[in-house]
Amino acid sequence: MSSHHDTLLLANVSRRHFLKGMAASGALVVAARWDLAFAQDEDEQYGADAMPHGWVDDPNVFIRIDEDGTVTVINHRAEMGQGIRTSLVMVAADELGANWDSVRVEQAPGDEEKYGNQNTDGSRSMRHWFDPMRRAAAAARTMLEQAAAEQWNVPVEECRAGVHVVVHTPSGRELGFGELAAAASQLPVPERDTLRLKPRDEWRYIGQMTGPSQEVSATDMARPLAIDGEDIVTGRAVYGADVILDGMLYAVIARPPVYGAKLASVDDSAAREVPGVVEVVEIEGTGQPAAFAPLGGVAIVAENTWAAIEGRRALEIEWDLQAAGDNAAYDSATYRQQLEEAALAPGQVIRNKGDIDTALADAASQVEATYYMPHLAHATMEPPAALAHLEDGRITVWAPVQAPQAARDDVAGRLDLEPENVTINVTLLGGGFGRKSKPDFVQEAAILAGKFEGRPVRVQWTREDDIHHDYFHAVSVDRLEAGLNAEGKALGWRHRTLSPSIGSLFAPDPGHKQGFELGMGFNTMPFDIPAVRLENPEALAHVRIGWFRAVYNLPHAFAIQSFAAELAASAERDHRDYLLDLLGPARQIDPRDIDEAWNYGEDPERYPIDIGRLRAVVETATEAAEWGRELPDGRGLGLAVHHSFVSYTAIVFDVEVDEAGELAIHSADIAFDCGPQVNPERIRAQMEGACIMGIGIALHNEITASEGRIEQDNFHQYLVPRMSHAPQVTRVHLINDTPDVAMGGVGEPGLPPVAPALCNAIFAATGKRIRRLPIGNQLAS
Amino acid sequence: MVTLTINGQQHELDVPEQMPLLWALRDVAQLTGTKFGCGMAQCGACTVHLDGEAARSCVTPVSAAQGRAISTIEAMEEDEVGSRVQQAWLDLGVAQCGYCQGGQIMSATALLKETPAPTDEQIIAAMSGNLCRCGTYQRIRQAIHQAAGHEEEQA
Repeated sequence: MSSHHDTLLLANVSRRHFLKGMAASGALVVAARWDLAFAQDEDEQYGADAMPHGWVDDPNVFIRIDEDGTVTVINHRAEMGQGIRTSLVMVAADELGANWDSVRVEQAPGDEEKYGNQNTDGSRSMRHWFDPMRRAAAAARTMLEQAAAEQWNVPVEECRAGVHVVVHTPSGRELGFGELAAAASQLPVPERDTLRLKPRDEWRYIGQMTGPSQEVSATDMARPLAIDGEDIVTGRAVYGADVILDGMLYAVIARPPVYGAKLASVDDSAAREVPGVVEVVEIEGTGQPAAFAPLGGVAIVAENTWAAIEGRRALEIEWDLQAAGDNAAYDSATYRQQLEEAALAPGQVIRNKGDIDTALADAASQVEATYYMPHLAHATMEPPAALAHLEDGRITVWAPVQAPQAARDDVAGRLDLEPENVTINVTLLGGGFGRKSKPDFVQEAAILAGKFEGRPVRVQWTREDDIHHDYFHAVSVDRLEAGLNAEGKALGWRHRTLSPSIGSLFAPDPGHKQGFELGMGFNTMPFDIPAVRLENPEALAHVRIGWFRAVYNLPHAFAIQSFAAELAASAERDHRDYLLDLLGPARQIDPRDIDEAWNYGEDPERYPIDIGRLRAVVETATEAAEWGRELPDGRGLGLAVHHSFVSYTAIVFDVEVDEAGELAIHSADIAFDCGPQVNPERIRAQMEGACIMGIGIALHNEITASEGRIEQDNFHQYLVPRMSHAPQVTRVHLINDTPDVAMGGVGEPGLPPVAPALCNAIFAATGKRIRRLPIGNQLAS
Repeated sequence: MVTLTINGQQHELDVPEQMPLLWALRDVAQLTGTKFGCGMAQCGACTVHLDGEAARSCVTPVSAAQGRAISTIEAMEEDEVGSRVQQAWLDLGVAQCGYCQGGQIMSATALLKETPAPTDEQIIAAMSGNLCRCGTYQRIRQAIHQAAGHEEEQA
């Protein structure tokens, strides 16, 4: 734990901020606060400490107890299916001693000055907020105990919180949390170093919802906790497009078809004739780099969504493609060839160990391969949508955003409002995967609300809008070369990786992957090889490039884990045994020793790259899948392992390919180690879901561009997995739930090894090596 | 003016006849449990029941829904099969983001009304029109078996 955690102060903010509205309920509000003075500390900062507003500014976590005993946990992280609204509440409820049935959650609006960092990405929510949430809840529990002691006029040491009550242990007297809330709210918040955090054996929720053992199907699971479960299955849950206000208007926008193009002219006469169309509004784009600004275009504002869609259909628009520069010539097939050629020449040296040229030249055999992963679209089931309402100089937004503070700042900037006059209410997200950390759609709604002051306006993206104008996952070429000795052992490893950078979204195109992009599985290549050279030649962006779940780990893991299997095949060795040899003996690698400075923002001493944990997930997954068993022709097992978001994942697929090239996935065994587990049932769910998403990346997902325009329109062309593509059975094996290691991420690390494991299984089944994703019809030939 | 019978109630809606039922439900009748996902019957998020059969409301003009019993996810609590499906969804923790799950439940309920004890193959055939980007398919399949009242049939 870094020293900065010691600067956590707990402050009672109930009188200052909340009691005005809640005094009648006697609400107790406790917030974890970070001391502002330490913002100037120049020491290296890690984890939550290093996040914008992470600990510098203001309260992070709130717990409110009403007189009726209802405990409200204010959740400031975006819920997009990872279950954070449930899991953070589990943490608070457990530390407080709250009865689950009396706990509810309230979603915080975007306000990082008040709540701390809210940017829900990087698989960070739990690893950054577990400790602050526990401390806030422990402080609240202590205050309840003190209030009880004062009421009974007994020493506080004799008062102990049980389940939703405080008990006077000598006499057995009890007072409910609700009865104590008003008095407790008047007490000073205890100093952090006086707090008693519950030991593991007192936890009732944290880590306890383990559900089935590894081999048992989910049907044997105790019913999982799910804050939003009933609302979801009854249709009551509120997503971005589900907020309805009186007098609201509905808009869709025609956006430039090429990144950077501008409106040249528009004939809206037919559009205005469409029944229900209210107005046609030009939205100015902001050129390149776009960051989170709208692309611009022409908005149809109407009385309902359908009228807006019909109105847009009737627009006649000329686009100025000159403004887009090179982007108007972007052709993804040509681009792939360019990257593959560039991969033949050296690039920026990222890591160098030993003499790669000698190692390759002296090798008994050389292996080389070039891998390709195309652009991907997030295609969240909920397309982007946002509702904005400007009234009396204040704007209120309802939107499914992963980064509500960014949305707030951008809206304030675009409408020239003070941020305190911008309220971003965060609805449930119908999927995020990184798309909704880019709130361009919120600015669009805000701009239109600005034109219709007093009337709320919702911007609705259609699926075509979503696919054409995504912030795409970067296309990638990875070229690998290895030199093996006569026994097949790798002596040299050269890897060149080429992708446009997300940096191009925010600044003039850097032309190279940035540190955090290289740190996602490229720099961190863990193999124990004498000569290693990692290079990054230039690649330029021609569409908006953005984060996609697991980000650059996807191509890096696909290339490295496919290539490791190719080396094993070349050496005529069992892939599992060969992979374990490549990893080498159990040991901890300090990321700084392999020129990896980013380390997912985490302290390299708390979060080394642990080869023993990589080995353990490989061993767990292969044992569960009965690796090495006899299989008929056309059937095979495939393996991949990857470290990302400071967690460890290995997957084994059992697949069968028939003579027609039809693929059947019999099973997936996923071994996952994120260290301490708060909500194991949801961790399982994340692994199951990542497996499906990864199958889609392997089989079908591809975004292509021609003359700068995206060629896919909807789900009939951008194919995402259906139930028929799912493995017959997916087994998740969670290991290493121990406080001896620091907590890792969950939402993303399940994804990177899926595609290479599947392709390795296809190789085992057929001898056909897939180097270009998606697989598409490559198995048919 | 179009008259629709939605969840047993008559609604007079001032919408053009070609408006997809989805938008009439969401924007006009203000029943937002039915979701927009693709607009071309590719994803199933908008699934409703027309006279008990699953239908994609995004490609069903309101004119085609007139005179038929329209049921949406909001009515499934009152539906004997629908409520069993909902319960199985909760028991197995099916939902992740949940956006597609209303449509999934509508498709699953229609399936069970037609085929009370479906096999894995029948489930896959009936449910493959419903996309879930979170990837909850394994649990959906198990939940349908559970709602049908029998343990999962593992092949």
